Amino acid sequence: MTAKDALIERYQDLLSVYLKAKTETTLYKGQQFSRKLLEQQISPEDLVSLHIQVMDELFPDMSEEMRDSFDFLLESMIGYGFAYREHQSLRDKQQQLESEIEVAASMQQTLLLSDVPDFGELDIGVVSVPAKKMNGDYYNFVKSGNSLSVAVADIIGKGIPAALCMSMIKYAMDSLPEEQMKPHLLLENLNRVVEQNVNSNMFITMFHGVYEPESHKFYYAGAGHEPGFIYNAKEDKFNDLIAKGLVLGVSRSTTYHPYEKKIEVGDMVVLLSDGVTECRTSKGFIERDEIVSLIRKYMDLSSQKIVENVFQELDRLQGFELRDDFTLIILKRLV
Amino acid sequence: MNLQINQDQINETFELQLTGEVDAYTAPKLKEVMLPLTETEGNIIIVDLSGIEYMDSTGLGIFVGALKSSKANNSSLKLRGMTERVKRIFEITGLTEVMDIESGVKGEAL
Repeated sequence: MTAKDALIERYQDLLSVYLKAKTETTLYKGQQFSRKLLEQQISPEDLVSLHIQVMDELFPDMSEEMRDSFDFLLESMIGYGFAYREHQSLRDKQQQLESEIEVAASMQQTLLLSDVPDFGELDIGVVSVPAKKMNGDYYNFVKSGNSLSVAVADIIGKGIPAALCMSMIKYAMDSLPEEQMKPHLLLENLNRVVEQNVNSNMFITMFHGVYEPESHKFYYAGAGHEPGFIYNAKEDKFNDLIAKGLVLGVSRSTTYHPYEKKIEVGDMVVLLSDGVTECRTSKGFIERDEIVSLIRKYMDLSSQKIVENVFQELDRLQGFELRDDFTLIILKRLV
Repeated sequence: MNLQINQDQINETFELQLTGEVDAYTAPKLKEVMLPLTETEGNIIIVDLSGIEYMDSTGLGIFVGALKSSKANNSSLKLRGMTERVKRIFEITGLTEVMDIESGVKGEAL
């Protein structure tokens, strides 16, 4: 007996039981049977034709009008059949795409994974959470010689194009010689790479900084990135970490301004992506002051605990639905 | 939230009046209207943003694309009437330095 014959038999059983007793149980079984039909990829018009076949056997002397009406119904179902098959093939395609995205996302994770380094006098905390599968925010720590370089970037647009673009940034950064690791020069170099290689309505915002432990100085430059904060422990005050500059990828000849700041014991450098400041709650946008007061609330904890707590609170305020990728980094000078 | 685009034209001057939000969902619509205008030499495109309460980075990207296109095609793109919130993201990204942004008040003659 073929699978189709088995289905016909089962349908015949269910239908005749129902026509005799008209019980809810049989109706329910009919419902469940429809799932089986879907599994076997029986299309709507196939089911109607099955119905006709069964009715022919159950009622050999069915009236001619009734018989004809079924034929008419069968023809009227053809459109649904097409829609059903289209749905099937789209679903297959979608499953295929989804599994490809899974692979890409995990490749991205592996490629871009930046370990948070252990850096003696700096206590470092990082949280970076994508809004969708692939993260459009990028951060990177590199220890070179005695100094520590830190980069935060936000690729506009989300999802796959942003992720691909980010891989490009990573490799461009990795291939720069060490003398060009000065933040403003690094941005100038990256800008040329980005300008040549990205689609005209894409751009990247980036902050880059280098901390030198001998002088306790933080050298930095920005390319249109959301300003972070700098906490001055002596004055117990948070100030904006302003680093002006045009976003990467707009104009080939852009130059960037070098900035520097002395970091004292207890001072903190806070870097973020605009996913932090563009948090939207039922009451409107989160203001920068509110971020500061959240950081202040947890300031006595380790850097990692601060960023995690701030993220959790902001996530909760947004109803646990991130609209944008979220990255928050804190560097605190311990000694 | 939606984006409404009203378009006026006098000779080669096009004025786009935007209302609503420019984000990842509405940005393609803006691109579709604005980009082709920048592709004709001599066109002047004035975009009035006074009705925009929110713009995200994807929206900003459309303006970056339009700016590049207007430079490549010798048309001109001017923005005006930004709300504080929108102005802030143009400032942070440094775009105020490279774009023609009129501080003019809404409703001025072209």
